[in-house]
Amino acid sequence: MNVLVALLVGALYAGGLYMMMRRSLVKLLIGLMLLGHAANLLIFADGRLVHGNPPLVPVGATQPPPGPIADPLPQALILTAIVIGFGVQAFAVVLMRSTYQTANTDDLDQLRGTDREHE
Amino acid sequence: MNALLVMPVVWPLAVALMALFAWRRRQFQAALSVVGAVVLLAGSLALLQAVWREGVQATQIGGWAAPFGITLVADTFSAMMVAISGLMGLTVAIYSLAGMDERRKAFGYYPLFFILLMGVNGAFLTGDLFNLYVWFEVMLIASFVLMVLGGARAQLEGGFKYVTLNLMSSALFLSAVGILYGTAGTLNMADLSQRLGEVSQPGLVMTLAVLFLAAFGIKAAIFPFFFWLPASYHTPPTPVSAIFAGLLTKVGVYALIRMFTLLFVQDVAYTHTLLMVIAGFTMVTGVLGAAAQNDFRRLLSFHIVSQIGYMVMGLALWTPLALAGAVFYVVHNIIAKTNLFLVAGVVRRLYGTEYLKELGGLYRSRPLFSLLFLVSALALAGIPPLSGFWGKLSLVQAGLEAKQYGIVTVALVVSLLTLYSMTKIWAQAFWKDPPKALEESPLRRAEWVAFIVPIVALAALTVLFGLAFEPVLQLSMRAAEQLLHPTEYIRAVLGSRQG
Repeated sequence: MNVLVALLVGALYAGGLYMMMRRSLVKLLIGLMLLGHAANLLIFADGRLVHGNPPLVPVGATQPPPGPIADPLPQALILTAIVIGFGVQAFAVVLMRSTYQTANTDDLDQLRGTDREHE
Repeated sequence: MNALLVMPVVWPLAVALMALFAWRRRQFQAALSVVGAVVLLAGSLALLQAVWREGVQATQIGGWAAPFGITLVADTFSAMMVAISGLMGLTVAIYSLAGMDERRKAFGYYPLFFILLMGVNGAFLTGDLFNLYVWFEVMLIASFVLMVLGGARAQLEGGFKYVTLNLMSSALFLSAVGILYGTAGTLNMADLSQRLGEVSQPGLVMTLAVLFLAAFGIKAAIFPFFFWLPASYHTPPTPVSAIFAGLLTKVGVYALIRMFTLLFVQDVAYTHTLLMVIAGFTMVTGVLGAAAQNDFRRLLSFHIVSQIGYMVMGLALWTPLALAGAVFYVVHNIIAKTNLFLVAGVVRRLYGTEYLKELGGLYRSRPLFSLLFLVSALALAGIPPLSGFWGKLSLVQAGLEAKQYGIVTVALVVSLLTLYSMTKIWAQAFWKDPPKALEESPLRRAEWVAFIVPIVALAALTVLFGLAFEPVLQLSMRAAEQLLHPTEYIRAVLGSRQG
């Protein structure tokens, strides 16, 4: 299981970086999203993957049940990161659209207006 | 619950909300922003005073004991940064009264401005690594919108680069946080500081250190990650780029200093040599990039990069004097740099251009105003007796004591080149005869007051910190001591239980 998740995370990072290096605005954005997902899954995997034992203490018990229990904290972190990521990506999509409309191109190499000298 | 620690975070949020509710009443929003910024500054100064008198302050949010809950903690360095960000908030809020156009004000400039301040203060005060990520995102999302507010073409293009690089850095930061949690089992920085030494895989810890270096390095605009900054900082309206130039990269520097004094000190020989090399390259590339520019704010943007190098140099030298120099330098640089951007904004407002070749004759038409520019510019270059001189002096002295002659040479040469760029602006915009085509659009008296009050105040502070540098240096020394020996920080967060 750990190996599978590790491979998946690696693939997501690789895919994300590959997409970011393309010249299109949309692909850049997809790349950024993939990177975000990769980071979230990485946190999940780093919290140790445990099968079938939810981190719940039964009512009235003073001790957690015996055996390995999933760590709830990484999941809380990921939940926060997903919400933040969603907001930021939604903004980036809108920004991409208005950049496209204003600059009239989705080719990143053409977005050189701010690097050029005064015209 | 320590109200002083919570106030710099909660108060800006309250002001932002009030401003949101008064969406259509711009006069009210403007007045509110100034009053809100005054209160914020007063609160941050009170925090600084409390930290100076009583030592490191900490409070556990929601009553969850550290390391399980989120801790807000202020040592001298944090408190100084919060105070200086309060000061920048106030000066830029006043400047915005005249320096921000009505259209952008109508689209929520003031609420965004205060949310930005909230994010910045939160990042300075938090004692939890994941919480630091959240504050970074709060700050970033506000800065994204401020960057592109108004939607001019240059803004959108610059903004897109800014957003991309910052999201990339956030992804790195988040990954590093995840691995760190998997390795050490905690995210409380004081707790991490104790546990990272016990981790049995030094290779993994070093990998993490470099991941954090890259993540914060992008935000702090160090070499080789800086190129997004000069591509974007000159595009938004002046008040926005002034507050960005003053504060945002310094949050990255703050995070770097925090990481590499509190957490990653296991292999100083490796990490801090790396930092030293980066510092040298950051200074040189920044200042050389600036030398080639002909646009007022673009030139200044490259100088931000170059100045970051000095701060990283102080961290890399890793002696009390060097760290004190770095802290002093951060404070000085925020004030001087913001002021230069504010001056650039006035020039733009007067002549409608920031292109140095099209400007000229400012010294003849406005001699006193020109002197205000000169004060900040010379302070940036490190001319005595202005504030920059003492920062550079401490850094150079610390470098000589540590026998790091290479970096000292670089620092001195770069400061000469800085002076060259500043004289270039001076000669082009202020001294040479005005070109024939140059037309001045007159300012109303009220506008002039809103422009000039913050600039005079910041220039006066630059002079004051230069002439009476002793108190600030003492404060910086105390900050450096606490950074190098974080026992007090750890005890304040975790209590006597583990201290």
